[in-house]
Amino acid sequence: MIKSLNTEDTLENAGLTEEEQKLFSNARPQAYEPYPIKAVEDFANWARANSLWILAFGTGCGAIELRPLMTARFDASRYGVSGRPTPRQSSVFVIGGYASVKTLKRIVRSYEQMQGPKFVICLGICPVNGGMYFDSYNTVNLFDQYLPVDLYITGCMPRPEVLVAGIMELQTMIKAGKCNGANRYVENFDWYKANQKKVIKNWDMPDYNW
Amino acid sequence: MNEMLERLQRDFSVSEVTACPPRMTTLKVDKLSAERLIRELRDREGYTHLNFMTCIDYIEDNIFTLVYMLHNYDEKHSLGIHVDISRDNEEMVSIHTLWAQAWTYQRELREMYGIRFPGSPRLDEDFCLEGWDQIPPMRREFDTKKFSEERFGHREGRESEEPRQHMKVELYPNRGGDEK
Repeated sequence: MIKSLNTEDTLENAGLTEEEQKLFSNARPQAYEPYPIKAVEDFANWARANSLWILAFGTGCGAIELRPLMTARFDASRYGVSGRPTPRQSSVFVIGGYASVKTLKRIVRSYEQMQGPKFVICLGICPVNGGMYFDSYNTVNLFDQYLPVDLYITGCMPRPEVLVAGIMELQTMIKAGKCNGANRYVENFDWYKANQKKVIKNWDMPDYNW
Repeated sequence: MNEMLERLQRDFSVSEVTACPPRMTTLKVDKLSAERLIRELRDREGYTHLNFMTCIDYIEDNIFTLVYMLHNYDEKHSLGIHVDISRDNEEMVSIHTLWAQAWTYQRELREMYGIRFPGSPRLDEDFCLEGWDQIPPMRREFDTKKFSEERFGHREGRESEEPRQHMKVELYPNRGGDEK
């Protein structure tokens, strides 16, 4: 269930030209409200937890761990995990290792295009504090400043076993109704957006990519 | 091989020939005759392949050293051409007319070191860095750690539980772990 759209409060979309502004929505993102009946919400959460579709977007070196996850040995289909080629169909975004500024722009754009409810898993140490790229000129250090993170799987690199463990942990959290990163993103939207614009200097896309 | 090197030394202002046997030789050449030398190597001496092209920043000597690595498939031999250019006038003749792929390298060098290659296609477009607003990051006067902390923030590591330090703090709490 989605809150009704507040039409008065809109985004500026200052990065777009006047012509482009007509083409993109300037509405703010909306928070998800749980169903009023708890049993219904629990059922929905159970369904969500068992159909996690990962966006097939390898954002860093850790994406190499997603391939064995899908194949016969680790076979993530057992947990209802499957890869999706487009953000419109996926619900889990696995940040595979470091995120460079150039990639962060694409990450933000893909994340915002994903349909809610959506979850972010950070793989490896780099999204936590920069890891071995702590002094790099183009790799962000604190990933949670730019997007809300639901689960960290640390290590360099974490093996697919750990990723499976992380997915099971994510399922537990979703079933308990604790994964509300997307709502945090909506509630602190201006803070996240200001942080994103602080590092992404050539902002030539809408403020929120519907 | 030696004949060729002697010929090159005679015809061009080549200095410092360093042999790295069996497969590689490097030579240093003057900025003005570098393009002519590379053209000669490609057209007459069989060095038809440009392996890569890169740059080294010798900030102490106030120079950039451009490195062109050429390869001869017939003799299975690589030739590194080193060209010193001044850091005050960081400009070099473009070789994209010799190898079309060179403009990608030149675009990268333009972005990472700020070296200009007049006439090279799409030179001033963003390559790896988008919207970069500082001095080129691979120049050694650029402090990446300072920049990273200012722009991307810094998170403290976890607390150390190294046994020796931990025992010191446990045994001498009033002195802040200092047993002097």
